[in-house]
This record gives sequence, structure tokens and C-alpha cells, in this order.
Amino acid sequence: MSMPVVSLKGITKSYGTIQVLRDVSLDVEAGEVVAVIGRSGSGKSTMLRCINGLESIQGGTITVAGHVVTQTAKQLRELRREVGMVFQSFNLFPHLTVEQNISLAPRIAKKMAAEQARGIACRVLEQVGLSEKIDAYPQQLSGGQQQRVAIARSLAMEPKVMLFDEVTSALDPELTGEVLKVMEQLAERGMTMVVVTHEMGFARHVADNVVFMHKGTVWEQGTAEVFFDSPRTPELQQFLRSSKVK
Amino acid sequence: MIHQFGIHDILYLLSGAGWTLILSAVTMIGGGMIGFCVALMRISSSHVLHGIAVVYIELIQSTPVLMVVFLVYFGPGIFGIELPKFPAAALALVVYSSAFFAEIWRGAIQSVPRPQWEASSALALTWLQQLRYVILPQAVRVSLPPTVGFMVQVVKNTSVTSIVGFVDVSRAGQLISNATFQPFRVYLWVAAIYFVICYPMSVISRRIERKFNVRR
Ligand SMILES: Nc1ncnc2c1ncn2[C@@H]1O[C@H](COP(=O)(O)OP(=O)(O)OP(=O)(O)O)[C@@H](O)[C@H]1O
Ligand SMILES: [Mg+2]
Repeated sequence: MSMPVVSLKGITKSYGTIQVLRDVSLDVEAGEVVAVIGRSGSGKSTMLRCINGLESIQGGTITVAGHVVTQTAKQLRELRREVGMVFQSFNLFPHLTVEQNISLAPRIAKKMAAEQARGIACRVLEQVGLSEKIDAYPQQLSGGQQQRVAIARSLAMEPKVMLFDEVTSALDPELTGEVLKVMEQLAERGMTMVVVTHEMGFARHVADNVVFMHKGTVWEQGTAEVFFDSPRTPELQQFLRSSKVK
Repeated sequence: MIHQFGIHDILYLLSGAGWTLILSAVTMIGGGMIGFCVALMRISSSHVLHGIAVVYIELIQSTPVLMVVFLVYFGPGIFGIELPKFPAAALALVVYSSAFFAEIWRGAIQSVPRPQWEASSALALTWLQQLRYVILPQAVRVSLPPTVGFMVQVVKNTSVTSIVGFVDVSRAGQLISNATFQPFRVYLWVAAIYFVICYPMSVISRRIERKFNVRR
């Protein structure tokens, strides 16, 4: 069996005295799409942020593409070249054009020549269907477009895995579709993805595996079909019922 | 001894104004550079650097500029060193203004939303790269009005150095006023000179601000 791209083993994490993650273990294989669902406050974002070292952990080990997630700045940077992250609030750099947003990290963190970085920017923008916006500033774009640029910005680093934290939650309902479509295309191209989401449709139809986080731990997981059609734990059954009502 | 206010007095005032300008420039450059470093220390995650910066800023900000000038001018005397007037005046103002520059820029840097730090660190940038390419360009915009406002203060604050005998435009005015007994006329000139120095600064600042806003 091949090595998983992301492997969490027995992760614990507390903020002060509040334990937010308890004994979280999860493997993500290359090319796999894992959807993470769960109630607000169940630790989904925290788990995701631990994977690229934005949050430190107190116990357990995280390995990503062969890197052990540690806290020395240099090792963290090496890890982050391999891990793309897309946030709920886009977090584009407002003072830079779309192209500059995308080519910044390749140029600075990877010391790539400007020409080459521009080439990459064009390519990833085409991938998210926004070639014509290359010279726009973020505030000239709609939320959906901004989020697609944010995805392109991550793609430009050619990551081995991409993390998505409720990337459609800040969008008007009519704009979520275009972002989900881009993510679906990424999945089809074989990108390894961990997707925290409230979009049950996406979890069911695009994800290979679905994880239910509850009380800071992986409560139940399984392939999308089994997970949605025959949930085992009462907590998941109740969660699925309540999210269908919505 | 007493003479009429005339052209040579105006020339004397202008030479004083020259010194005011030189002292202001040195203060802005020196104070700006030190202030920038202190601002970075203040936001750094190192407790030691942070602590040093906080103490430095608090101490200086709660000391009247006049006291800083006195301390720097007379302090070295304890060790038998006598600082010439210009270096003493410049050093005092550099130290004094650095604390204020530091606070202005710290505030500007911290006004950039935290997610900007997170997004850029997730893109594998180093702390300095994050600052240089993501945070500072946004902070500059915020810091521009208070920075220029404080620079105008710096120009005006240089007058306190006349207390230790440094002949800036205020001190020149005082001397001429004593010699001519025409204080109103003399100080009107002095005030006009300050205005001529300070007003363009505000105008330029507004221009730059507008340029930034258009580009956004
Ligand atoms: N910086 C922090 N300091 C203290 N507590 C925090 C911090 N960040 C998160 N928490 C707490 O950790 C718990 C898990 O938060 P997390 O953001 O991971 O939840 P989530 O599953 O992503 O929820 P949501 O669906 O609302 O985004 C919550 O109880 C939250 O209050
Ligand atoms: Mg969350």
C-alpha cells in the first residue's frame, strides 16, 4: 500500500484548558477527496489548520507528503509549499492584482523567474475560468470570482494536497455553484483534497470518503455512499437529519 | 546695539530655517529607521524583543520632549563628555520621535487583518517576506496620514532644541527680537517660515493618499 499524503495519528490540541481535538486520526491517500462535516465548534477548522501548521498540536503526529509537521519555521515552510489552503474569507491580497496575487508565492517562496510565474498564473487562471480577470484587483471581483482566484493562487504552488475550509460559506447561494464546480474539476484531475464543508451534495457526490467530526474527534467515517445511506452512530444520524431539513 | 529689522535679519532667520530643516530631516530619517525597528520588535513573537520595545516606547512617550533634550545634552557631561549642540539636539529628537514613529507604524501594521498573515504564511512565505510583500504595502496606506501629521510635529518640535542654544529658526527669531525690539514682526516671519515648511507636507500627503485611493 502506498503512503498516505496526509496522515494524522492521535492528534490532541487544546486552547488553554479547553480540549478542541482529542485523539484525531485520519489518513488521506493520494488523489483522494475527503469531505469533513460536523457541527459548529466540533473542531473541523482546527484540524485543517493543524495539517499545514497554522495551529500547533500538543500530542500525536502529522505527516504531510513525507514531512512531519513540526514547528521550526523552516520545516513549516517546506511543508507549506506542498499544501494549498483556501479560506472561507478568500484572503486575497487587496493591494495586488489577480496575477500578482497568484505569482507572489512562486516568485518569492520558490524563487521562480517572473516570466515563468506569469505563465503559471495564466495556466491556473484558465483552470478556474478567470483568464480575463488577470489584471483586475480583488475588490473588482465578485465573491465567487475571488474565491476561484484564491484557489488558483494555491494551485500555483503545485501542492500535493489542498485544504478547503468552508470555502463557499461566505458566498451568496447563487455563487457557490461556480466554486464547487472548480473544486469538482480539481477532484477529477486527481488532486488530493480535504474539504470542510456544509455542502452535503458535494460531500456525497464528489468526496470519496466522508468524515463526521463530533466533540473534537473523528466520530464516524466511511465512503460517501455508506456514510450517507447507512450512518451507524445516532449522533451522525441526527446530524444528517437536521442538515437535510435545512 | 538696537537696530531696525532688515534684510540681514531675514537672512539670519533663513539660515536658522536651514538648520531647522536639517535637524528635521535627520530626525525623520534617524527616528524613522529606529522607530521602524522598534515597531517590528513590538509585533515580533519574541517576548524579549517585545518587552524591550514596550518599555522603550512607554518610557519615551511619557517623557516631555524638553526633558529628553536636556538629558541627552547634559547627560554625557557626567562622563566628562561634552556633545556639540547639533549632534545633541539631533540625537534627542531622533530618540524622541522614534518612539512615536514606532507606535504609529505598529498600529498600522496591526490594522492589517490577521488572515492576511495566515494566507501568506500558508503560501510558505517567511515572516520578513510576509511583511515586505503583503503586510507593509497595506499598512503604509493606513500609516500615511498619521506619519505625515507627526512629521509636521517633528518640524515644530525642533524648536525645543533652542533651549540648549541650538540656533534653529525659533532661536534665531528670539535673538533678532532681542536685538531689534520688534518681536511681533520677527515672530510673524518665523511663523511664516514654519508654515512654508509644513504646509507643503500636508499637501503632498493628501496627494499621495488620493493616488493610493485611486489605485485601489
Ligand atoms: N483561537 C482560539 N482560541 C480559543 N478557542 C478556540 C480558538 N479557535 C477555536 N476555538 C474553539 O475550538 C473549538 C473548535 O473550533 P473550530 O473552529 O475548529 O470549529 P469548526 O468545527 O470549524 O466550527 P465552524 O463550523 O463554526 O467553523 C470551538 O469550540 C472554538 O470555540
Ligand atoms: Mg470552521
